[in-house]
Amino acid sequence: MKNEKRNININNIKITVEAEATARFIDVLREDLRLTGTKEGCGEGECGACSIIINGEAVNSCLILFGQLVDGDSIITVEGLAKDKKLNKLQESFIENGAVHCGACIPGMLMSTTALLMKNPKPNEDEVKDAIAGNLCRCTGYGKIVKAIKDVI
Amino acid sequence: MTEAVGKNVRRLDGYDKVTGAAKYLDDMDIPDCWYASIVRSSIPYGKIRNITFDPSFDWKQVVTCDYKDIPGSNCTVFLTKDQPILAEEYVRHVGEAIVLIAAPTKDLANKAKDHVKVEYEELAPIFTIEESKKKNPVICNNDNIQSKYTIIKGDVQKGFKEADHIIEGEYKTGFHEHLYIEPNAMAAMPRKDGGITVLGGLQCPYYVLKTLKEVLGTDESGVNVRQITMGGAFGGKEDYPSLMGSYLAILTRKSEKPVKLVYSREEDIVVTTKRHPSIVTHKTGVKKDGTITAIEVNLDFDGGAYTTISPVVLSRGIIHSAGAYKCEHVLAKAACYATNKVPYGAYRGFGVPQAFYGLEMHIDKVAKNIGMNPYNLRMKNCVHVGDTLATTQLLKESVAAEECLVKATQASDFLNKWKKYSEENKSKKKIKKGIGLSFYMHGGAFTGSGESIMTTEVELILKNGGKVIILTGSTDMGQGSHTVLPQIAAQTLGISIDYVSCHEPDTAIVPDSGPTVASRTTMIVGTVVENCAKSIKDSLYNFVAERHAVEKETLNIKNSVIYSGNEQIADFKTVSDRYLEEAGALKVVKRYHLPPGIKWDAEKHLGDAYPCYSWATDVAEVTVDMETFEVSVDKMTLAVDVGKAVNPNLLEGNIEGGTLQALGWGIMEDSGFKNGRPINDRMQTYMIPTVKDTPEWNTIIVEEPFSAGPMGAKGVGELPTDGGAPAIANAIYNATGIRVTELPITPEKLFVLQGKTEK
Repeated sequence: MKNEKRNININNIKITVEAEATARFIDVLREDLRLTGTKEGCGEGECGACSIIINGEAVNSCLILFGQLVDGDSIITVEGLAKDKKLNKLQESFIENGAVHCGACIPGMLMSTTALLMKNPKPNEDEVKDAIAGNLCRCTGYGKIVKAIKDVI
Repeated sequence: MTEAVGKNVRRLDGYDKVTGAAKYLDDMDIPDCWYASIVRSSIPYGKIRNITFDPSFDWKQVVTCDYKDIPGSNCTVFLTKDQPILAEEYVRHVGEAIVLIAAPTKDLANKAKDHVKVEYEELAPIFTIEESKKKNPVICNNDNIQSKYTIIKGDVQKGFKEADHIIEGEYKTGFHEHLYIEPNAMAAMPRKDGGITVLGGLQCPYYVLKTLKEVLGTDESGVNVRQITMGGAFGGKEDYPSLMGSYLAILTRKSEKPVKLVYSREEDIVVTTKRHPSIVTHKTGVKKDGTITAIEVNLDFDGGAYTTISPVVLSRGIIHSAGAYKCEHVLAKAACYATNKVPYGAYRGFGVPQAFYGLEMHIDKVAKNIGMNPYNLRMKNCVHVGDTLATTQLLKESVAAEECLVKATQASDFLNKWKKYSEENKSKKKIKKGIGLSFYMHGGAFTGSGESIMTTEVELILKNGGKVIILTGSTDMGQGSHTVLPQIAAQTLGISIDYVSCHEPDTAIVPDSGPTVASRTTMIVGTVVENCAKSIKDSLYNFVAERHAVEKETLNIKNSVIYSGNEQIADFKTVSDRYLEEAGALKVVKRYHLPPGIKWDAEKHLGDAYPCYSWATDVAEVTVDMETFEVSVDKMTLAVDVGKAVNPNLLEGNIEGGTLQALGWGIMEDSGFKNGRPINDRMQTYMIPTVKDTPEWNTIIVEEPFSAGPMGAKGVGELPTDGGAPAIANAIYNATGIRVTELPITPEKLFVLQGKTEK
């Protein structure tokens, strides 16, 4: 299949990406762009480990095909959170609260939370839980994760 | 910060994990890496008649291996060698590996797989414990029994004679899938010296090495095993990586290429180990006043097609099967039966969750039968120092059973709520509330004399700049051991955690510290780390005493600074650098030694089963909608005794996460099979708890120190999966009057059982 081109913005960098229209966006990110922070846990949009932000919305990148992107799309992955190697408040809070265990769900958790906070800087606990309801964690029982998020609100 | 132990030290791999920099297997750049795929059995039991490689496919582009390509022995090496790496004449479960393929691309590897046709002569399979017991057909040994044990304490018949009531019950559990977020992922790479490196997400590098040496027909000079960042394990990467690592090593040996394999979720669920399904039966003698006079218990486990480490799982199960109750007369029997299903193996809790699900459901039934409340019955029979457990082990120290029971029930207001709900649920129609408890313990470390038979070795090295490197085969699978072990070293040395780290576990570099299993890392490996750190400190003190002409006894270290009395001598970094320059390298290697006096009769399963136990009580509060039979777990109060909380934040996460796994097993995770294959082979249908299914946590840490643990710490890794399911099941009974004796407790089961009288 012929490659398509998209001019997109990833983590504040403008780039032109070429890939097959039917390529899963998670594969384009991980394999072509080597942004391996985004994880795959199920490949069917259930675990949320591959969550990224496209134009302000948290989405499962395993369910997005490259051809669905349009020029000018703005994308954030976990690699885009820290600035000059300095962690942002949410990342700090996750570590400080012991919310990180194996870490496989963490990039997706951070993305879903970031998307929520972009739209609603002062969410209540139910809104926080709704935002990460699609991000599965098998290690922590979510208590420390919810606490880490609440601490930055 | 000097006081490292007991503080919420930030985990040392935190930065890499929140930035996406941490490299899990599939994130690594492995130049010229090929991809593996596996042709697997599509049937549960049969003889391989023929394997055809489609002539229309260009097989020159790929490398294929069957069992004849294995350079050494075709077996995994655990307690037995019954499990082949690749099937020869027979296949014994769906998903058993038959042919391995490596190809330059993932697509090609998967495409090639579709061009291999296996023809079978199908044989009648066995799928359940009940079928296996009938021995028709016999698929293992001469009785289908993979392992069995009996424990006899006192005379159970005498105990029944002393009883006023005898209460029986049967309890069943299904399999439990680990569902770590990162599926199994491994790679093998050729080394320049002709050897092979195997790496990936694995709990026990030296377990994998043991199998690889046999499979490749080499010694440790020919192969090394490296653990890299891994996305959860929970026992699921204890025994399985020996098999998966072998696949990749065999392919690398033949192709001379690096080869990797990352399971899809479906492949991971269908072919990897799980918690054993079980049937637990109880017969309990009890006096009118609640004194338990006899416990007769039988544990039957479904072992699946091969032995794996099931005998050890079963052993731990039977040892815990009479729980934390003082009872003079116990008869416990346990057996593990072969079936034509995926081999079951290690899962956090290791046979104990099944034992406690049966026991703690049954104790509530006993309480109901004699008209006592669940708390009082447990209080009446709770063990203390000076009592003996089922194995006749005399409890000499560190018993917080009662303290946990009291704290969890008081914090949750258990008694008042239990009475209130029992009364008001008689008239309530739609929404009912319930509260239930479970009371349990978990033995830390290997069973009996296991810790002295096995070698646990740790090395500490002092490097320039005061850096202290811990070399250990213990792995961090997310539980935090590579933060906790440095905390213990830092505390012992009186230095900041910033000076200490663990080396990446690689069998070519780190010593064998025993497997990262059995709730043993903090308690056992931590003790060796502590002893190594003491030795390093001693060497530095000798050096300082001599150079500064001060008495060694006056030396102390605080906040990374060495003092003689109150007089500052030098900081840790300066002293370390001077030592290395003038005295040479400073390395310490130490081994673990069990505390004296531990006696264990493995044959009779009697004696000191574990060096010590961790104790706990869970209280679950639920709401049940009697129209939809939906259960929501509103709150869980967990009082957990760990000896010493080395890192409270990480510990609480482990406790709550383990309890949530138990919640999933208890009410959500459906373990059905169809023709020997799990029905729910994907996350859409094998549903684990989300944040919305999660109760409010009230986690209470109890610290009853163990004299031989590092700063008093005991094992805690597995304990949290032991008590959640029965506490929730008992709460559901309190709400609905329905005792569902088979996990998971689904709305369908509640619907079917409503209005029926308990047997």
